[in-house]
Amino acid sequence: MTSVALRARALRLLEMVTTPLLPSDYLDLVAPLRSGADLRGRIEAIHPETRDAATIVIRPGRGWKGHVAGQYIRVGVDVDGVRLWRAYSVTSPTSRADGRITITVKAMPDGKVSNHLVRRAKPGTVIHLDQASGDFVLPAVKPAKVLYLTAGSGITPVMGMLRDTALADVVVLHSAPTEADVIFRDDLRDLAADKALRLIERHTDTAGTLDITRLDEHVPDWTERETWACGPTGLLDAAEEHWARHGIADRLHTERFRPAALVTGEGGAVTFTTTDKTVEADGATPLLDVGEQAGVLMPSGCRMGICFGCVTPLRAGAVRDLRTGEVTTAEPGVLIQTCVSAAAGACEIER
Amino acid sequence: MTAIDPTAHLSDEQIEQLGRELDALRDEVIASRGERDAAYIRKVISVQRKLEMGSRGVLLFSLFPPAWLIGTAGLSVAKILENMEIGHNILHGQWDWMRDPKIHSTTWEWDHVSPAAQWKHSHNELHHTYTNVIGKDNDLGYGIMRVDEDQKWHPFHLGQPLWNFINACFFEYGIAAYDLELGKNLHKSRRKNPEFRARAREVGKKIRKQVLKDYIIHPLLSGPSFLTTLGATFTANLVRNLWSHSVIMCGHFPEGVQTFERRSIDGETRGQWYLRQMLGSANISGSKAMHIMTGNLSHQIEHHLFPDLPSNRYGEIAPKVRELFDRYGLEYVSGSLPKQVFSAWRKVFRLSLPNKSVKPNKTVKVPGRAKERVAA
Repeated sequence: MTSVALRARALRLLEMVTTPLLPSDYLDLVAPLRSGADLRGRIEAIHPETRDAATIVIRPGRGWKGHVAGQYIRVGVDVDGVRLWRAYSVTSPTSRADGRITITVKAMPDGKVSNHLVRRAKPGTVIHLDQASGDFVLPAVKPAKVLYLTAGSGITPVMGMLRDTALADVVVLHSAPTEADVIFRDDLRDLAADKALRLIERHTDTAGTLDITRLDEHVPDWTERETWACGPTGLLDAAEEHWARHGIADRLHTERFRPAALVTGEGGAVTFTTTDKTVEADGATPLLDVGEQAGVLMPSGCRMGICFGCVTPLRAGAVRDLRTGEVTTAEPGVLIQTCVSAAAGACEIER
Repeated sequence: MTAIDPTAHLSDEQIEQLGRELDALRDEVIASRGERDAAYIRKVISVQRKLEMGSRGVLLFSLFPPAWLIGTAGLSVAKILENMEIGHNILHGQWDWMRDPKIHSTTWEWDHVSPAAQWKHSHNELHHTYTNVIGKDNDLGYGIMRVDEDQKWHPFHLGQPLWNFINACFFEYGIAAYDLELGKNLHKSRRKNPEFRARAREVGKKIRKQVLKDYIIHPLLSGPSFLTTLGATFTANLVRNLWSHSVIMCGHFPEGVQTFERRSIDGETRGQWYLRQMLGSANISGSKAMHIMTGNLSHQIEHHLFPDLPSNRYGEIAPKVRELFDRYGLEYVSGSLPKQVFSAWRKVFRLSLPNKSVKPNKTVKVPGRAKERVAA
């Protein structure tokens, strides 16, 4: 008998001993980070970066498969006893010797998870993780000239790339309200001093918001550069338009932390078929929020339509994509992203 | 049993005001649910799992009498915790707000022969909705007993003290049969119903797993202690069954608890619903450990008012609920475990015989409706 078959048989025997629970339910009590467990991590340290941002050092469980610089991870944190999931960029290099990873979090006004992580989380806490994902990464063949265009916490995936991969010609154009608000200010300045990059720091409280159409003044050769941009929706929308106008949209790579433009529809009665709950929803509230409010166990992730952690079968009715206004109607096998879909009339969700 | 409407002194407006006060109390708890509550249930689960594994470990050597005693006692307590404070309450959705998929009413399965999904239907949907409504709430005597004067007497009821005792010993099987509505579904015309058969198969599967674990695998693992471990797991299940049966009898059967006519719930308002729950339940007084071992069903009144609030909060809101009973002139039925168990058993014996005399018409058992009928 192969060792795999032996293991499977042993596991089945163990399951007969632990039924109705699983052997893992007992193992989780003592070894939540072991291999084979649901992916979790332990917070080992929290380092303040600015007055409202901090870097969280996490020791991932044995099942962690590693990341590519620029990717994000979904993090499930219990805030006031409630499990909430958010996506954060990994800011540590892939080669970090001690196997730890870091995420860097900026506390948003009203941000439940971000405020918890920055101000209240304690080392030792076990949190829940998903494997890294996202395509905001450098290509296999490294570009000769690169521009990183960032603002606010948009610097986080870029920091992951800067720490991971040295490139010949890098410009970082970063905006933050004041000097004190620049996350990784010392790291960026050190890298600039080492001639690893050219740093253009823009403090928007005094210098005003970057006018993308005047990018020439800061980075004259920007059209020759492969660009990675991350920041608020306004910056990214303007950049996409600007690059498209110059016919080089393919040279711009963006990462969004918020869903783009919102459209609203009519709303309607939403039925969660597994739990047999029906609630009235308006046309602007994501079905994810509607379900959570109703006490339905909804899978969730980035809450901005990129990670597909929330996909759920649509059994009947129609939903509207809040980003595009596109209406999806139920058919066998149709899955919807509940975090960016709202009711477009009565609908049934399998949860 | 009294024929006087215990709610006769309340006006419709007062009953709705009572409902609003209870709604406010509920909102207060929901707004303050948080880390402390989550830590509580995780602690109970962790203690239960360690106790169960530890006890089963000790029972591997159950040939030695001290090991048998310690292991059996520990396993009995672990099984009681699992069914009462953990299983019953999680399956009520009391912890769904944590959004932890491992502690959620839709994913939880318990150490019980009735599959969680079937129990949730008969318990959460039927019993908690139709609490103590004669002919609607089958928990009133589980279809095998007469526990209220208003239930019709049948010669079958002469044996009900014995039925009740047997049901207590094998309570989890009784509940599985009850959740399957065996009495109704074993009738020739329904036996072949595919929906019933599917549910019966589910129960069969669950029983197989439970029996295999407790009576075959675990004794086998004990090697030479096979027979003593078999005896130990049987004893632990028996203790758990007797305990949960006693606690549950105390919830609705003791003297002083009101029952309601079938038509009394037509068009029932929120306030009237609350009032029915208040009058249809009884509490058990005792220590904190006793409350935990009953799954806080010792706070049956609070649980029936708010079935989905975290169980650790029932004791905390009990003084406020009691104050409402006093202020609205209602009887808060409560007593020690021995007193309530005795009271419930006495009723089982008394009602095994037909009613002694032609009793006065009990139309009063309609919360807040007595006046309407007088006027009509």
